[in-house]
Amino acid sequence: MLEVKNLKKSFGSRVILDDVNVTVKDREILSIVGPSGAGKTTLLRCIAGLETADSGEFLIDGVAFDPAASDTSESVIGVVFQDFNLFPHLTVFENIMLAPTMVLKNTKSEAQDEAKTLLNNLGLDDKGELYPHQLSGGQKQRVALARALAMHPKILCYDEPTSALDPNLRREVEKLILKLKQDGMTQLVVTHDMEFAKMIADDILEVNYLDNSNQK
Amino acid sequence: MSLNYISEILPSLFQGAGLTLQLFFWTLIGSLPLGLLVSLGLNSKIKPIKWILDIYVWLMRGTPLLLQLIFVFYGLPLIGVVFERYDAAIFAFILNYGAYFAEIFRGGLQSIDKGQYEGAKVLRLSYFQTIRKVVIPQVFRIVLPSVGNEVINLVKDSSLVYVIGLGDLLRAGNIATSRDVSLVPLLLVAVIYLVMIAVLTYILRKVEKRYSYK
Ligand SMILES: Nc1ncnc2c1ncn2[C@@H]1O[C@H](COP(=O)(O)OP(=O)(O)O)[C@@H](O)[C@H]1O
Ligand SMILES: [Mg+2]
Repeated sequence: MLEVKNLKKSFGSRVILDDVNVTVKDREILSIVGPSGAGKTTLLRCIAGLETADSGEFLIDGVAFDPAASDTSESVIGVVFQDFNLFPHLTVFENIMLAPTMVLKNTKSEAQDEAKTLLNNLGLDDKGELYPHQLSGGQKQRVALARALAMHPKILCYDEPTSALDPNLRREVEKLILKLKQDGMTQLVVTHDMEFAKMIADDILEVNYLDNSNQK
Repeated sequence: MSLNYISEILPSLFQGAGLTLQLFFWTLIGSLPLGLLVSLGLNSKIKPIKWILDIYVWLMRGTPLLLQLIFVFYGLPLIGVVFERYDAAIFAFILNYGAYFAEIFRGGLQSIDKGQYEGAKVLRLSYFQTIRKVVIPQVFRIVLPSVGNEVINLVKDSSLVYVIGLGDLLRAGNIATSRDVSLVPLLLVAVIYLVMIAVLTYILRKVEKRYSYK
């Protein structure tokens, strides 16, 4: 279970997150929904350690952790970015195997076996040797997902998983997320799409503009 | 143009070309890593480091390489810093080319999307792992054409060492021309430069092809 307590974050004098509390229960899906500019990405980035919160507590299974610490032995948060951030100079296999070999010090063959299994499960069996630019948006997203899963995170976070995709792929993403839930994954999905959130989430957290100047 | 005469002067020209190639080789060995380090420093958040490196790049790119060579070999001894001719040449070339490479690498580094660093960070790669495995390979591909241009310039620039009395290819040809009152040595010098640059161009193209993924 992931708990975020009293999270505060400002950029300069603009308060973006003020006393936000988030709880994601094990094997459940929490969706964070709100209009564009409400601070959803910022919230996710704080949880992922890409922004430093001004104050607040992060707990995983009741134990405090520092999202920005890179020296912990376990992966807590996995992220599927809005535009995926795949490494363009590496093949799909290499994208997935990089962190397990470099960080977890798995052998190449262990990492490759696992990458193959992940790709099979995601319906990308024959894509391992391709480069990201040879993939469609939906395929890239699944590679990004495989890459995150290869690090065995406790929580998987998505930023706007439907936004970079064709509208008719929305159902595919929905199925994917629900399948991972069946496999026991705990997931946090940030989206501005309430309809989508209702289809996948066990729980929905709505965020809104804090500062009226955010509204354009 | 007798073949006899050509084969007579070729050894001295090749000797000169040997020195040119040595200079070329050592300059690259020194200036590419120097350029990489400086470019990382230029992107650094520590301001004093950035200022010092900015001044270094500004000086090296803002003054002629010829002046830098003369300064190192004839100027520095006046304040007690004495270099052998050859060392002076290599020292000046490494400093000069290091600055040009730093500028090229800085541009390459800046073109790497922030998302690449973030992608690596959430996968828990360390800073150095990220630089080595994610950033440098991409920068390498981006800068390859510009680095290639500089590498070819370097072959030609190396002829400047003649001003400090080093026996490179150009000097060898020049000596033979004035001794024998013949144009042939200079023509041969031109041919040798053309061949060296053709070979380099070919190699650079191969490397570019090998490392392109698009
Ligand atoms: N690095 C930053 N510096 C300054 N302001 C930022 C930064 N990142 C985001 N913001 C601002 O914070 C607000 C919330 O942004 P974001 O978290 O991206 O919203 P959402 O994902 O809900 O659309 C926006 O007004 C945005 O301009
Ligand atoms: Mg957003």
